[in-house]
Amino acid sequence: MNLSSRKFIVGIIFLVIGLIFIIRLFNVQVLNEKYKLDSESNVVRKIVQYPARGLIYDRNGELLVYNEAAYDLMVIPKQVKEVDTNAFCKLLEIEKEEFREKFKKAKDYSRYKPSTFLKEISSISYANIQEQLFKYPGFYVQTRTLRKYPRNSAAHILGYIGEVNQSTIESKPYYRSGDYIGKSGLEYSYEELLRGTRGVERILVDVHNRKKGSYKGGAEDTMAVTGTILYTTLDIVLQEYGELLMKNKKGSIVAIEPKTGEILSLISAPNYDPNMLVGRAVKKNYPILSKDTLNPLFNRALMAKYPPGSIFKTVQAMIGLQAGVISENTSFACNKSYVGCHNHPSAGSVAASVKMSCNPYYYNVFRRILQQKRVKSIFKDSELGLAIWSKQVKKFGFGQRLETDLPSIKSGYVPDVPFYNKWYGEGRWAFSTIYSLSIGQGELGVIPLQMANLSATIANRGYYYVPHFVKTIDKVDGIPEKFKEKHSIDIDRKYIDIVIDGMYGVVYEPGGTARRARIHDSIVVCGKTGTAQNPHGEDHSVFIAFAPKDNPQIAIAVYVENAGGGGRWAAPIASLMMEKYLTDSIATRNKPKEKIIV
Amino acid sequence: MRNYKSIFANVDWVIIILYLLLVFIGWINIYAAVYNEEHHSIFDISQRYGKQLLWIVLALILAFIILLMESQFFTSFAFPIYGVVIFSLLAVLLFGVKINGATSWFQIGSFKIQPSEFAKFATVLALSKYLSILNINMKDIKTKLMAVLIIGLPAALILLQNDTGSTLVYAAFIFVLYREGLSGNILLFGILAILVFVLTLIFGPINIIIIASFSFILFYTIIKYNLKATVISLAVFSIFTYLFYSYDMKPNVIYYGIGGALLLLSIYLFVKKEMKDKSTHFLGVLIFVVTCFFIFSIDFTFNKVLKEHQRTRITVLLGEEDKLVEQIEKLKIERDAEGISKEDKQQLRDDIGAKKYSLRELRQGNGWNIKQSLIAIGSGGVTGKGFLEGTQTKFNFVPEQSTDFIFCTIGEEWGFMGTFVLVSIYIALFLRILFIAERQRSIFSRVYGYGVAAILFFHFLINIGMTIGLAPVIGIPLPFISYGGSSLWSFTILLFILVKLDSERLLVLR
Ligand SMILES: [Zn+2]
Repeated sequence: MNLSSRKFIVGIIFLVIGLIFIIRLFNVQVLNEKYKLDSESNVVRKIVQYPARGLIYDRNGELLVYNEAAYDLMVIPKQVKEVDTNAFCKLLEIEKEEFREKFKKAKDYSRYKPSTFLKEISSISYANIQEQLFKYPGFYVQTRTLRKYPRNSAAHILGYIGEVNQSTIESKPYYRSGDYIGKSGLEYSYEELLRGTRGVERILVDVHNRKKGSYKGGAEDTMAVTGTILYTTLDIVLQEYGELLMKNKKGSIVAIEPKTGEILSLISAPNYDPNMLVGRAVKKNYPILSKDTLNPLFNRALMAKYPPGSIFKTVQAMIGLQAGVISENTSFACNKSYVGCHNHPSAGSVAASVKMSCNPYYYNVFRRILQQKRVKSIFKDSELGLAIWSKQVKKFGFGQRLETDLPSIKSGYVPDVPFYNKWYGEGRWAFSTIYSLSIGQGELGVIPLQMANLSATIANRGYYYVPHFVKTIDKVDGIPEKFKEKHSIDIDRKYIDIVIDGMYGVVYEPGGTARRARIHDSIVVCGKTGTAQNPHGEDHSVFIAFAPKDNPQIAIAVYVENAGGGGRWAAPIASLMMEKYLTDSIATRNKPKEKIIV
Repeated sequence: MRNYKSIFANVDWVIIILYLLLVFIGWINIYAAVYNEEHHSIFDISQRYGKQLLWIVLALILAFIILLMESQFFTSFAFPIYGVVIFSLLAVLLFGVKINGATSWFQIGSFKIQPSEFAKFATVLALSKYLSILNINMKDIKTKLMAVLIIGLPAALILLQNDTGSTLVYAAFIFVLYREGLSGNILLFGILAILVFVLTLIFGPINIIIIASFSFILFYTIIKYNLKATVISLAVFSIFTYLFYSYDMKPNVIYYGIGGALLLLSIYLFVKKEMKDKSTHFLGVLIFVVTCFFIFSIDFTFNKVLKEHQRTRITVLLGEEDKLVEQIEKLKIERDAEGISKEDKQQLRDDIGAKKYSLRELRQGNGWNIKQSLIAIGSGGVTGKGFLEGTQTKFNFVPEQSTDFIFCTIGEEWGFMGTFVLVSIYIALFLRILFIAERQRSIFSRVYGYGVAAILFFHFLINIGMTIGLAPVIGIPLPFISYGGSSLWSFTILLFILVKLDSERLLVLR
């Protein structure tokens, strides 16, 4: 065998190895994308810049919500190398079992993407952890903010924020696991303004997770945009006073500035401290609040559907006058054979009937509204009457959602023809079946906000703006259009004035049901009491009012559950609220009133 | 005195240009690998790139000196040089300093030198000298033993220094011996045995027997020019390979069915041939049987003879992370099972401990290095990230990025273009060396040329193979490119002696 030919064998071996290397390199460098991704996840660390959430102020510039720094420990499981678990757990002040659990959870979520490992580390332990963190590749600290409520008040209005749930993440691509989102109240309604815009900074890190510079010179970085400041219509002093007055009671107060529809205060009792639902405390406090039988999380002002009771007589009076079925001086005897009444002289005018809150009077008014002998059948006649009536009642904002800027508001209920047709059968009901509507009982359901809105509408002499909380939004011109739209109730002013006269009488004239609502001589209060019958216990106490009579500044509704007649509890509360708002203090002569209530 | 013209008159410029190219590539990539903002001058002598430039200048001076010398010097002093080097290898064992676990450095002040690097060209010289003695025949057992001794002595001494990588380099001399008459079967069986060993451990004995038997029949039919059998074999082999990969290398019924059918087919074809020509095929059957036996013995040795820590070490060497995790889980189930004796339980616990240790080693040690190395090279893409733009190497994800893993920097910053060019330059250099070796009139020069090619090739094979995950992690430098004076000088001397010998090839008659 010629040994010289072996040079070919050796040469071929060299060539083949060279070729194998080139194929392998082609595979690794050109065909395979995995390494490029790995390379990026090795060195590029995305640091999310969480914007500070927008602050919330009250109408007088008092701070209601601000932010406090909190630190989250994040982990990218893939980058975690052997961890000295003992030392690490000691540093974090957690149990080893907890460490394992959390790490598994993070790994299950994603090996490549960061997830929150430990939430809300205190700033003291943060300093410790930050110092030691270089020993634990794959872990890093992210700063974010927690909401704080300096006034401990207005929890139902402000709402709270919490972590986004999976379905939100799926439907709104902005959110990522661990992000916070407004869950209720204004935090929910103005989420997109308040949250700001998240920024992302991409940095390069070395094998020890030390920052080495910015990725692509920061070309892909985005700045965090701070959340917009929200100025609310709330008067926090009034709000706090209202919460004080409602202590140990069930019910709500809603106060509105009539000429704008701005909500001055909205109290639902019992309430809770908004700081209870912040950050890690939520886990502990939420179950406590939600299991409380008094249901403090339930916002009665927007969600509790009550029978309005006698305050509804003002509505009946206006509709009757407008329909022409009664006039200013229509008189009905207080005939207690149809509906019960208290002892009083018969009302000789609409104003007097309001003042004395005569039930038979409104029994007659409502009968005239429904039965006008338009047709022969009284059933058909009632049906036609009810259709017109319920349409008119809805113009007051009853039976429909007042599209305010808080979520989960209820619409209440105004029964109409289809309802009774379904309930009793068509042609099987007439006025006599449904007369309890005349005095605000029966199937009527009204939320406290709607009651306050009624008061504001009367104060405005015939129109309302949808009650709302937004006063101004930083960097945004004006408020949403829907809050600037005037809603007319289509009742002539002269008829409304008649009712207002009656409401004046309620407070100031002999025989009026709410003489306790007086503030002092220079502020004229108009009001109407109500006592909503409660089959389950003591009657509910209701009062609507506004003041001053001319150029009203405040319209209010107070609803106290199981508190008896409207004059006894609701009226003095409303009076104190109005006084507080209009004069910034409570006069000495009214102090005893306050004392009884608190 | 000769003038410069005559010095450079007959030198092989192709080699010199390829050499300069590689040295330059090395220098700028060392710059890229250890670049830092504070010392951005490539000439900064306090940094590795500045130092490497110094080593390069010194290497060029060395090269020039070699060209000035008489080539007879190397032929005459081959054995003395070898003797000096062997002596220094012994001395370093006694007086050397330990760096990274290997006692292979002399330190004089801040200057360090590694005698094992110089042992390479000394061994080549000595082997060349020995094989060029008149009437030497590779077929003689005495010649073989003597050659193995010349090669083995420095290898053994370097192994004693605990520098396994440099020791393995001496295996490269098998190419030299092959060219000089060593039976090709030894080379072939050597390569095949390593291949079968590794594959058996990865894929298990059954699969490898199927593949081996099929490869065997394929090879056999091609050699015998039996076209029909070759086509059938190729077709079945293709299907087999397809299934093998599409089922993620996990055996299943189809897989075994095909494998069984293959085995039957190969036996059938074999027997059919056997009827006609009995004697020549006896060897084939023998090889087949021996192979099967070898495969089973590997499996047996691995699973029954080796201790757990030895087993895991091999698993780690093969980079089988997933397999290790799987084994740990399996052992855990066994451990937690009921009705296990105390001793067995303790044994299982020890095994799990050993495997876990290996896993850690795999993830943080070599396994992690290989992964990071592949990420760096793979992320280079087609055109690379650009000079000084590499992130993986710059941010220290890749270990030893200026020495053993310098290829990562090239792969990351220059992409496939860069690695393709570099591999091509190397292959061109190796082939050019072979070409030069073959044009020598003297046996000494030819053997020397093959020695140079073999040593450079082995470094190339292991170093680049390691960074792209085709070879185990063995720390040896990439010739002319890796940072380091000793290795650069040693390779320069190695190469330029050849250039010198070649330039005077026409003067030498022997
Ligand atoms: Zn009466």
